[in-house]
Amino acid sequence: MTVTQHVLIVVGVLFVMLNIAAGLIWVERRMLALWQDRLGPNRAGPLGIFIVVADTLKLFFKEDWIPPFADKKVFVLAPAIVVGSALLSFVIIPFAPGIVVADLNVGLLFFLAMSSIGVYSIVLGGWASNNKYSLLGALRGASQMIAYEVFMGLSLMGVVMLTGSFKLSDIVAAQQDMWFIIKQPVAAIIFFIAGIAETHRLPFDIPEAESELIAGFHAEYSGMKFGMFFVGEYIGITLISSMMTTMFFGGWLGPAFLPPWAWFFIKTFAFILFFILLRASLPRPRYDQLMETGWKILLPLVLVNLLVTGAVALWTRG
Amino acid sequence: MNVLFYLSSAIAIAATIMVITRYKPIHALLYLVVSFMAVAMIFLSLGAPFVAVLEIILYAGAIIVLMIFVVMMLNLGSETAQQEKEWLLPKVWLGPSILSLVLLGEIIYLLLRSGTGNASFIFIDSKKVALSLYGEYIIAVELTGFLLMAGIVGAAHIGKHKKKHLHRFLQEEEVSTKIEVRSTKPEDEKQTKPVAYKP
Repeated sequence: MTVTQHVLIVVGVLFVMLNIAAGLIWVERRMLALWQDRLGPNRAGPLGIFIVVADTLKLFFKEDWIPPFADKKVFVLAPAIVVGSALLSFVIIPFAPGIVVADLNVGLLFFLAMSSIGVYSIVLGGWASNNKYSLLGALRGASQMIAYEVFMGLSLMGVVMLTGSFKLSDIVAAQQDMWFIIKQPVAAIIFFIAGIAETHRLPFDIPEAESELIAGFHAEYSGMKFGMFFVGEYIGITLISSMMTTMFFGGWLGPAFLPPWAWFFIKTFAFILFFILLRASLPRPRYDQLMETGWKILLPLVLVNLLVTGAVALWTRG
Repeated sequence: MNVLFYLSSAIAIAATIMVITRYKPIHALLYLVVSFMAVAMIFLSLGAPFVAVLEIILYAGAIIVLMIFVVMMLNLGSETAQQEKEWLLPKVWLGPSILSLVLLGEIIYLLLRSGTGNASFIFIDSKKVALSLYGEYIIAVELTGFLLMAGIVGAAHIGKHKKKHLHRFLQEEEVSTKIEVRSTKPEDEKQTKPVAYKP
């Protein structure tokens, strides 16, 4: 691969991801409206699609205020971490054969590392705000994300066992005959649940639970700093959806009448819509319920899944 | 590779010095994260990507987050920063710095004498790590397992407490029966106060 090709791929991935994150503002609001039997944004442009532009402009022109009681440096650093870590994770995702920024041989672990760095945005944002609601949100966020990281990592290890590689392109290639959702259904479900908790999306948006904590960890943020948290959340959704596609639904593989990248985006988009459907339909569990489900149900399940996968893998190898 | 190694080593040393000289604990911990990332980079530049990523996942991503979690719960205000400032006076610095400088001198002397020169780049993939962990070093792995298990059991024991979810009417009955038992002792008169209300 030449240098210019590489640079093109990097710029292309960055451009597509940032546009998807912005476009999801409109998609989410329209789809929520559809499922809740309302109209949703419908004034600016055809079907209200210019709400994206309007929202972005609004965020840029709002007063960017840093509270005098906040820890300024950490306060500024926190929103950058969420976007940075989520965008860095896209480095390892193979969108189509050959279209990947860096096909690392520890790719899967790199994804887990970046998602564990992402925890800092919530923790630091909540702490630096110096506000008790933010601090409570940050505490909840930290314990929730640390707990669910464990299941997220363990649920993916079954796939690694079957493939024998941490490289994502190898994992996609191993699904040529059969998607891993058929061999690893439990792992796929647990990974998706952990993914929702990692992106702290509804129904697991406990760090920012509006009804109890105002806006949780980003209660003190305004302007584009709040916008970064917002964009980071959408990039996180896209990331978890594309990881679901790559790990369990065959990545770019699909019938030949569409190009591979189209298959990848169709599958990813289906998961993004599922994220939005969850938000539209499920209530938020209590904080202790979330943690208890994690440690008492998901952890044993994921360990049993690993054990069975290992046993079957050994047995079939003879 | 050598440039990467020296660059990340320099970052690691600088970040670690920042860790011990910060007054606010959270800032110190953030520099510690940078230091761990630099160490991960050193591993990567020496050809051990698996260990490098684990360094980030475990140390930077989990352990330091838990430390920050504890610091957040302690509610350290500006008084703590002031206290730290007093602890870090030059007078306090002097002794440890001289001792560390002697150690540094010894290291430099040894490095110059042995003359191994450049660190060699040997690629070690995750399979090699797994084979040596579960082959050569199996006893260490098992012992670590024991240690972690003991830690978990200890934490579970300390964290265990009896949970009682009683309706508020039932709770009052229980309170009143307790007080009846206690009231046989004369010195417990103060605690009989909350009995006042009964449905």
